[in-house]
Amino acid sequence: MNDVFQLSVVAGILTSAIRLATPYLYAAIGEAFSQRSGVVNLGVDGIMLISAYASFYIVLNTGSIWLGLLAAIVVGLLMGLLMAFISVTLKAEQGISGIGLYMFGLGLSSLLFKTTIGTVKTVTGFQPVKIPLLGDIPVVGEIFFQHSLLVYGAFLLVPLAWFVLEKTTWGLKNKSVGQNPAAADSLGVNVDRVRYVSVCIGAILAGIAGASLSISLLNLFQDNLTAGQGFIAVALVYFGGWKPVGILWGALLFSTVNAFQLWMQVLGVKIPSDVAIMLPYLLTIAALAITINRVRQPAALNKPFERGES
Amino acid sequence: MPPEKEEIAVRTRRFGSPGMFFNALLPLAGMLLALLIGAVMLLILKVNPLTAYAEMVGGALGSVSGITQTLVKATPLLLVGLGICIAFRASVINIGGEGQIIVGALAATWFPLTFRMWPGWLLVPSTLLVGFAAGAAWGFIPGILKARLKVNEILTTVMMNAIALQLMNLLIRSVLMDPAGITAGTYLAQSERLPEQSWLTRLVPQTLLHTGTLIAVALAVIVYIFLWRTTIGYRIRAVGLNPDAARFSGINVPFNQALSLTLAGGFAGIAGAVEVLGVQHRLLEGITSGYGFSGIVAALFGGLHPLGTIPAALLFGGLLVGGDKMQRAVQVPNSLIDAILGLVVLFVVGSALWSRRWAARRQMAAAKNQKELG
Repeated sequence: MNDVFQLSVVAGILTSAIRLATPYLYAAIGEAFSQRSGVVNLGVDGIMLISAYASFYIVLNTGSIWLGLLAAIVVGLLMGLLMAFISVTLKAEQGISGIGLYMFGLGLSSLLFKTTIGTVKTVTGFQPVKIPLLGDIPVVGEIFFQHSLLVYGAFLLVPLAWFVLEKTTWGLKNKSVGQNPAAADSLGVNVDRVRYVSVCIGAILAGIAGASLSISLLNLFQDNLTAGQGFIAVALVYFGGWKPVGILWGALLFSTVNAFQLWMQVLGVKIPSDVAIMLPYLLTIAALAITINRVRQPAALNKPFERGES
Repeated sequence: MPPEKEEIAVRTRRFGSPGMFFNALLPLAGMLLALLIGAVMLLILKVNPLTAYAEMVGGALGSVSGITQTLVKATPLLLVGLGICIAFRASVINIGGEGQIIVGALAATWFPLTFRMWPGWLLVPSTLLVGFAAGAAWGFIPGILKARLKVNEILTTVMMNAIALQLMNLLIRSVLMDPAGITAGTYLAQSERLPEQSWLTRLVPQTLLHTGTLIAVALAVIVYIFLWRTTIGYRIRAVGLNPDAARFSGINVPFNQALSLTLAGGFAGIAGAVEVLGVQHRLLEGITSGYGFSGIVAALFGGLHPLGTIPAALLFGGLLVGGDKMQRAVQVPNSLIDAILGLVVLFVVGSALWSRRWAARRQMAAAKNQKELG
């Protein structure tokens, strides 16, 4: 038990936590773009799965990680267009359409995996890149500055998303169609177009989240690779109050609990693994229950917009 | 009323309005479109879609075994779907079917193994009730969180699925593990076989068809009566149609939402119990077979109507059985069926727009007629 408190173990847990936060960050920040415009996309997990498959397949066959990432982005965009068409153009119930998208992504990724790859294989994905100078700092360097490019990208996305959402005209439009689409419409904002773009940005980031699993963190693909991480990402958006920084803290909290749980198993601490795997989900429910009323959600969240109504 | 208008009115009363016909047609069109996209996928996989679909239909309907398997798979779909009807009618989105099935199955395994001396006539109904209670408890947690703290039930029900799955993994490898597997040293992740008097009676010898199917159909009628002929059912529907109006007329909206989610959990719990008592006779990993999700598809397809869910459950039961047969015959993984189900959901909820527009147009036309008639 004393092992747990050794510096190397703590450093190991924190290093894993930074790595494991990556898919949550991409997916949850993407979902924040979508939700701030008023569209709940519950299909994140399905998009992650199918993009994870696509990028893995491309890397397996071409060896190019960048082509793999591109594949994840393209597939994410296509799934985003499908979700936007159903929820924005056809104004369908968003929760249920998201579940449809999830089932489609889960089924299709499994179908393609079984027919084109078949068994679990591994690829050489994004490799750790040590940042000069900073990476050489003992312990701190190991925890923060020896990761793959996709991990750095996830953390750089936080200030970038904050800037786009809070400091640009487009960010204001995005917020206005999520708060009061009728008012935005009367001021000449094309509500549907802003929502399309927002949903697609979210879906592309969900695609990168999937790729970060299959060609950076795990370097493999299997059935249901994400195991529900996309749903946790959606929960993180609520938890983080629709703000990139809030999402960052939420993602780090989750990934730390997860990393702790993994390391406990590695060290042979006697907790049943099932209970350990349960922890993040219990934590999500508790976190949602505690934080849900602290921040106001976008007023038009989950509400399709139709001109001339209300 | 002029004679031709009266004739239309009579015809509408007797055969349902053209809107109802249209509403039933839209999901079918969605289904066809999904199957068409499935055919394109098959073509890409270099499989002749006609052969594959012929295997599917033949597999589901071409033999006694196929038909009974279709009925066996339709049973949990219908049970889960009934719960979904109740929840969605109250505008509560229950994605927790998987978890609720699991806890129902867990309870329905534990109970007969503990009270194995009870006679069958007592053991079977009480086990089904225990399964219902377990599922209901699993639905109650997100329900109360929504009612009291306004926590989004979609997210909590998804999390409850993951928790239930781990709970089953834990119990099936510890207290519920088959003692025979432990003595033999195989440590299979399954429970002991349930005492024989707790099994549901087989309706057709040499097949899996069991009385659970009849129970499910009876429950569909009961849910219909509950939703459309009782005060509580009326309140649940009122909450779903217009929560503000319901609140102003004195209906306790959060209470009814929590209640509907609890009931939805209960029906999924029965589905889990029926799978254990009727099909497997023990608890196995993967007991849910994804019914928690496909049950949503069946309910949506059935227009969120308990009686409409019966044919929808049969259709999707057949699709699942046919998918398994197709997998064996033409080597296409049955994940194709999951993808098709997802598309069906997207198309059915997407097509609701036209059904709303149709209804609005009819209302406007009716108002105009009224005016002309003076």
